[in-house]
Amino acid sequence: MTQALDEIKIGGLGASRKRVEDNRFIRGKGNYTDDIVLPGMLHMEILRSPLAHARIKSIDTSRAWQIPGVHLVMTGEMMATRNLAWMPTLSYDTQAVLATDKVRFQGQEVACVIADDPYIAKDACEAIDVEYEPLPVIVNPDQAVAEGAPVIRDDKENQADNVIYRWEVGDAEGTERAFAQADKVSRLKLHYPRSHPSPIECCGSIADFNRATSKLTVYMTTQAPHIIRAAVALVAELPEHMIRIVSPDIGGGFGNKVPVYPGYVCSILASILLERPVKWIEDKTGNLISTGFARDIYLDGEVAMRSDGKILAVKMHCDADHGAFFSDAQPSKFKIGLLHSAFASYDIPVGHITARGTYSNKAPGGVAYRCSFRVTEAMFFQERMIQAAAQDLGMDQAEFRRVNFVRDDQFPHRTPFGFLTDSGQYAKCLDVGLRAVGYEDFRRQQEEARARGRRLGIGISTMTEPLGAGNSREYDILGIKMFDSAELKVHMTGKAIVRTGAKTQGQGHETTWAQIVSHELGIPAEDIVVEEGDTDTAPFGMGTYASRSTPVAGAAVAMVSRKIRAKARKLAAHLLEVSEEDVEWELGRFYVRSAPSRGVTIQECAIAAYSNMPDGMEPGLENTAYYDPPNLTWPFAVYIVTVEVDPETGVWDVLNMVAVDDCGVRINPMIVEGQIMGGLTEAYAMANMQFITFDAEGNCVGSNYMDYLLPTAWETPGFELHSEVVTPCPHHPIGAKGIGECAAVGGPAAFVNAVMDALSDTGVRNIDMPLLPDRVWEALTYNRDVSGAPPVRSDD
Amino acid sequence: MTIVYDDLGDEAATDVPVRRIRFTINGAKKVAEVEPRLLLSHLIRRGVGLTGTHMGCDTTNCGACTVLVDGTAVKSCTMLAVQVDGHEIETVEGLATASELHPLQEGFKEEHGLQCGFCTPGMMMAAKALLAANPDPTEEEVRWALSGNLCRCTGYQNIVKSVLWAAEKLRASG
Repeated sequence: MTQALDEIKIGGLGASRKRVEDNRFIRGKGNYTDDIVLPGMLHMEILRSPLAHARIKSIDTSRAWQIPGVHLVMTGEMMATRNLAWMPTLSYDTQAVLATDKVRFQGQEVACVIADDPYIAKDACEAIDVEYEPLPVIVNPDQAVAEGAPVIRDDKENQADNVIYRWEVGDAEGTERAFAQADKVSRLKLHYPRSHPSPIECCGSIADFNRATSKLTVYMTTQAPHIIRAAVALVAELPEHMIRIVSPDIGGGFGNKVPVYPGYVCSILASILLERPVKWIEDKTGNLISTGFARDIYLDGEVAMRSDGKILAVKMHCDADHGAFFSDAQPSKFKIGLLHSAFASYDIPVGHITARGTYSNKAPGGVAYRCSFRVTEAMFFQERMIQAAAQDLGMDQAEFRRVNFVRDDQFPHRTPFGFLTDSGQYAKCLDVGLRAVGYEDFRRQQEEARARGRRLGIGISTMTEPLGAGNSREYDILGIKMFDSAELKVHMTGKAIVRTGAKTQGQGHETTWAQIVSHELGIPAEDIVVEEGDTDTAPFGMGTYASRSTPVAGAAVAMVSRKIRAKARKLAAHLLEVSEEDVEWELGRFYVRSAPSRGVTIQECAIAAYSNMPDGMEPGLENTAYYDPPNLTWPFAVYIVTVEVDPETGVWDVLNMVAVDDCGVRINPMIVEGQIMGGLTEAYAMANMQFITFDAEGNCVGSNYMDYLLPTAWETPGFELHSEVVTPCPHHPIGAKGIGECAAVGGPAAFVNAVMDALSDTGVRNIDMPLLPDRVWEALTYNRDVSGAPPVRSDD
Repeated sequence: MTIVYDDLGDEAATDVPVRRIRFTINGAKKVAEVEPRLLLSHLIRRGVGLTGTHMGCDTTNCGACTVLVDGTAVKSCTMLAVQVDGHEIETVEGLATASELHPLQEGFKEEHGLQCGFCTPGMMMAAKALLAANPDPTEEEVRWALSGNLCRCTGYQNIVKSVLWAAEKLRASG
């Protein structure tokens, strides 16, 4: 009797398999966009606007053309003759490729130069003379809707003001009735500041138009190559089958590499005109000042409660500042993403959310940065409002959450805003977290410390989030449904290749997708190669962002593996000379139920598919699956942070950071933990130091790494991760849920709540992120809330 | 070696200053003709063609471009190519021998010290300089030594573990 395969040993589900992609990265043999060199390649640099809002009076490129080595200088006027000065965005708006009439944010693309060498291209950019006529600047929603505000988008025919959309969800009347019956109402206003995902690698593209074949190939930093192919077909008016988008290795995405940026379009047009490859790689300043930022949204929220702590209703109004163009990549039905997932962790009977989006003189964006389509905002608002409500009621933070949690037996649970959460053990999660951090002990220590003039604080953040967009009934981007795909080819020797419509940027798909196939078919993971990113070979998918890959593409990998197994079963029956009903499966092997020692391995079935098929069977062992998820998956977590705040300097240190994450079945525990730690670090960064904002003239403060602070190994705290709570997703083929963004979604509130807790005796209810030392100091010294909303003084 | 340029027919092109430099990179001796303003990072990536050294910022903050110059960890975007005339450069491509990975490379794989891989070469080179000076660092000393290298993916905890893993292996092998 052959020994059954050990799933962990062969690299199946649950194995902390070492990563395949590491082999090239540790040798410095990664293939990032800027590493690629094509014969005859030219280099492109972009000239950016120094002003936030100004009319362009003239552009003189004559000096630039004269610099030796310059092949082409492009302006908006030139692009307009080809109908390319403006392009459609993923949110049904338009965006300037190169400015024509006006510049609308500091850093906006005004012209570009293509030359032999990037240094020459930069020299030529400096030789372009632009005459601007400054206009009044808008840097926040209040200014956008103020009386007499200039209309930023005067290019749009029916745009009379700076409002983009108004949106609402929930039950306004029911909510008002509930508020009328409340024993207590807690109100909180805050600004979730603009943040930038800032992966270390900047954006870039190499466009290569081949006149001989009429084919355009673009190597580029994109998390969604198929979406880009469709966008390029639309914008450049090239036929879709003659466009190939190749996304090579990507040095971090975090949502920054989803939108279509003007640089890509310019490089494509330049390549078509010059019939040579054109490489554009932006610098970090360009990336921070012009590419898709995240958040920049104002909250005015209220919680209506009974005196025993039960929440009766919630109300939220949100103002989102989108910058100069509405270009977010998000499901088209939801103008403000999945903001209405707020309060999904709690059993609240009724609620009402209103939202408004406005234009401003800043780079376009809003949805990005590990946000799951604005769930970062939803959960931050939720946990900050919960914190304030518990405090206002005089109830313990943990107890208040426990009283209001959705109970284990209430799933599937319909939230007041229409979501159906699938599963959870919220109370258990909280228990594990509180025990790990020593909650009771800490509260005692906190009191003792307070008596001695020291400020300790503990912050709790609990969350659940909708990951895996999404079902075709509700989710689409520009009308294209958000399914995903996997193609699996098993070769005659039982080795395999799987390709999906996702695109990894460090999440480890080359390692984890093989583990799913291994689980389903018993083929050792090391016998399976994974490829993504080339639209000529990858099955159609909507890419990787919003933590959708495991829920959707991963599900497709499981489903295609099952299709293969179903065919292999027929081959096995043929080889074993029994009928299919008599065949049983165990990992890697089919056997005869009544004679278990008689069996064939999956590898033997594979060779049979090429050399010994039963009559009438199509040869080969290859298939494709497209997965339309029935629902989103709902991982949940508890994050608890303890801090000490120095009352004299406002500096706060993290003492302890505990994370209890339940994301269902973990394909590769090592990789899951890596994702959580990365998310927690970004949460810490947002709470502690990342600051990008604008002064009254629209100058971007924090548009380079000198000013936009990212934590290093020195500041970043250590993390204590817990994985005891596992609630498999009831509708996912392998019971897995998304995880990549959870810690970035739930983490920030834990840090902020901890500092607010340390200040809870002062009456201060809010300090906007980042909680810089001078803000904490100001709050402590003057006993007042501190806002960080723009405009800031230029010397701040 | 044959190099062909476009004839742009402009006399100004011949006025571009060029300096001849000699340097060693990963043990190989090189000669190059470079503009004085060429950054060392560009010499390595475009001139020599070793793209393992990455560029992530324009203000010398991120450290992705870290290499060793005469054994010292240097952000190669802060040096001009002409400054390495007569000096030795070591990049990530020089870490492994023909048959073996360097313990740092092994450590990063064992301890999941990388995700997207973009900061990794710089991290390993900075770590190499640390371990040469301090073969038995504490966690704090590792964090301080790597505080010039930014990472967005990992949260640093596993990077620290990777370096400590490598330190132990190096000490064990003498």
